[in-house]
Amino acid sequence: MAEEHGRKWDRCLADSARTGFGVGVVFSRVSFHTRIASLCRPNVARCVGSGMGLGMGYSNCQHDFRSPYLLHGHMVKDQ
Amino acid sequence: MDVKRICFTSLSLQKCLCGNGAAQPMQSCRRYTSAGDSGSVAGKIVAASLLTVGGGVGGTILYAKWDPKFRAKPVKVEPLQISSVSEASKDSKQPQQMKEKKVAKEEKPPVQQEAPPLPQTIEAEECKECEHEAHAHVVKERPEEVVSARLAAQDRAEHDLLSSLSAKLDDTLGSSAKLTLQAIGAQEAALSAIANHTSKLKEAMDAEGPSDKTSAQWRSLEDALNERSRAADEAGAALLKAKEELEKLRKVINAAKDSKIDAARPQILAAEENLHSMVVDLDRAVGKVQTAQMEAKIVSQYSELVNEAKAQFQKELDSITPEIQANWKGLTGKLSPDDLNSLIAHAHRRIDQLNRELAEQRVREQIHIEAALDQQRLENQKTLDKAVGTAISHSREQMRLEQEKKIEDVREVMEAEMRTQLRRQAAAHTDHLRDVLKVQEQELRAEAQEVLSSKLMEQETNYRRVTQDQLDAFTLDMNAAYARLKGIEEAIDSHVVAEEEARKAHQLWLSVEALTYSLKTAVADSPTEPLETAAKAVRESCADNEFAVALASALPEESLSRGIYSEASLRARFYQIRGLVRRVAMINETRNSLYQYFLSYLQSVLLFEPEQLAPPTKLKPEDLDTFKLLSYATYSIERGDLELAAKFINQLTGEPRRVAQDWLKEARLTLETRQVVNLLSAYANAVGLGTTQAP
Repeated sequence: MAEEHGRKWDRCLADSARTGFGVGVVFSRVSFHTRIASLCRPNVARCVGSGMGLGMGYSNCQHDFRSPYLLHGHMVKDQ
Repeated sequence: MDVKRICFTSLSLQKCLCGNGAAQPMQSCRRYTSAGDSGSVAGKIVAASLLTVGGGVGGTILYAKWDPKFRAKPVKVEPLQISSVSEASKDSKQPQQMKEKKVAKEEKPPVQQEAPPLPQTIEAEECKECEHEAHAHVVKERPEEVVSARLAAQDRAEHDLLSSLSAKLDDTLGSSAKLTLQAIGAQEAALSAIANHTSKLKEAMDAEGPSDKTSAQWRSLEDALNERSRAADEAGAALLKAKEELEKLRKVINAAKDSKIDAARPQILAAEENLHSMVVDLDRAVGKVQTAQMEAKIVSQYSELVNEAKAQFQKELDSITPEIQANWKGLTGKLSPDDLNSLIAHAHRRIDQLNRELAEQRVREQIHIEAALDQQRLENQKTLDKAVGTAISHSREQMRLEQEKKIEDVREVMEAEMRTQLRRQAAAHTDHLRDVLKVQEQELRAEAQEVLSSKLMEQETNYRRVTQDQLDAFTLDMNAAYARLKGIEEAIDSHVVAEEEARKAHQLWLSVEALTYSLKTAVADSPTEPLETAAKAVRESCADNEFAVALASALPEESLSRGIYSEASLRARFYQIRGLVRRVAMINETRNSLYQYFLSYLQSVLLFEPEQLAPPTKLKPEDLDTFKLLSYATYSIERGDLELAAKFINQLTGEPRRVAQDWLKEARLTLETRQVVNLLSAYANAVGLGTTQAP
């Protein structure tokens, strides 16, 4: 279980980074193309995107870390 | 011849007249002693011999009485008398005692010694104490065999005695016969000598021839006389000897008769007859000699008378014719006629004288004759009586002998008859005995059979009992042996079983050891090899042991399939876990954001707690802090107490728990496996100890 924790962190970080950069990149591109805001610079877009990606990655990470504690309830229909 | 006869008769008459008194005793003593003038000499000889013999015998007896050793010697010399005495005493009314004495003296003495010791005992009656001292302390009855032996000995003794007696009889008979013959011969010789002498005398007297012849005749007459006297002496001596011998013979016969041995009787009778005949012959010869002697006496008396007459005549002649020589035989040539005339005248005168005497004699003749006849009658009567007496005695003797012979014959017949009767009786007795013996035999046989059968039964029952005992003993032994064998077999089986058990236990132990060893094969951080094979081996080795099987199956699957980590690796990993646990110490279900993670990490960096803390014996609620727990666990694990460490780690909550979960799982596995293996090992050890036997 310790390795898992470690793996989890690795994944987390890796995903975050990836997601961040990926989203950032994608956003920037998208934004570039769409001229949403003249969000002036692509860095900003990149930053926004990466930020969004990081945040997504973070939340993913967290969810990943919380996953053992999450309780999945099932609706049991009384029939 | 007539003159001679006249002279004889006159001489005899004269002899009768004048020599009457003297003739008788001479005759009487002449009967039993020697004849004539040698009668006195014979009597002297007899007396002397009797004296010497008696003296010798008496002296011998006296000396024998004095000296017991000397007794033995004369015994052999005169066995007859002694044997007769011995016979008499032997056949006394107590033969048994004598036998006992004899037996007491010597154990079954040989028969030959019976005769000498017997006389010794008999003679030594005064010295009995000598022998009694020596031998008489044992006087007891003897059994039948000895009695029969004694009887046989007695018979043998009798036989010996008989033989000795007969021998003695024969000897004595022989000697007496010889002596009698000698005596008779001597008597005959004497008779012949007397006859010769008488004839010679007659011749001499009748011969009136020349003086040479007469001198020769007288010389021969003298010789004849000497001869006669000598012969008479010899005859007398021989007669004496013969009489002695006959007396001896008679004594022997008497002794033999006293011995009462019947078998000797005929011999005795024969001896008696012989004796009688010898006596008769001897008497006859003696009678003849005596008659001859009488005749010779007559003739000698006659010759004496004739000589006397001649001498008287010669004296007359001498008185008439003194110049004539004495030897008138030589006168024949020298006689002158005067002488012749004177002679004739003398002769005539003598004749006248003689005629006168004759007439006188004729006158006295009758008286003389009558007197002489009376005398003669008397003498004749006496001689007749004597002869009659002798004849009577002889005939009596004869008759006695005949009677004895008849008695003997009758006795023999009676003996034979008695023997027959006895034989018959003996036969009857033997028959009776046989019957009785048969009956007895049967009885005894039956008895013996009974005894035998009873003994056999006894023996058989004994034997059966013994065999049964033996059998029982044997069976017992066999049973015992069998039981022992069974016991041994069982022991061996149990041994086998035990050994099997021991082997199995050993096997188990070995397998458990293998298992234990396989636990050790955990290299650092890599688990041990799968314990499957070892566990299978264990399971196989304890297939019949439920406990071990249960134990073996209680091994966790993970250990079987994957193996377990060693304690060292767990320890190492623990430290990693510890770090991680420290970092996520704050994370639990409620706080599980990333921020919390960061905080927790910060806490772990900033919090310093002792690495090892000795765990208390009782956990308080504040001890349930993660870090404390970790400290305790660290302490425990440093001390090698994985279990306690695992217990502490088990108290973790939240994320630390989740993080330590796999370690915990591993630790749990290891602990479980080790526990099982320890149990198995203990069990195997226990079983092994139980089943292992000292070599």
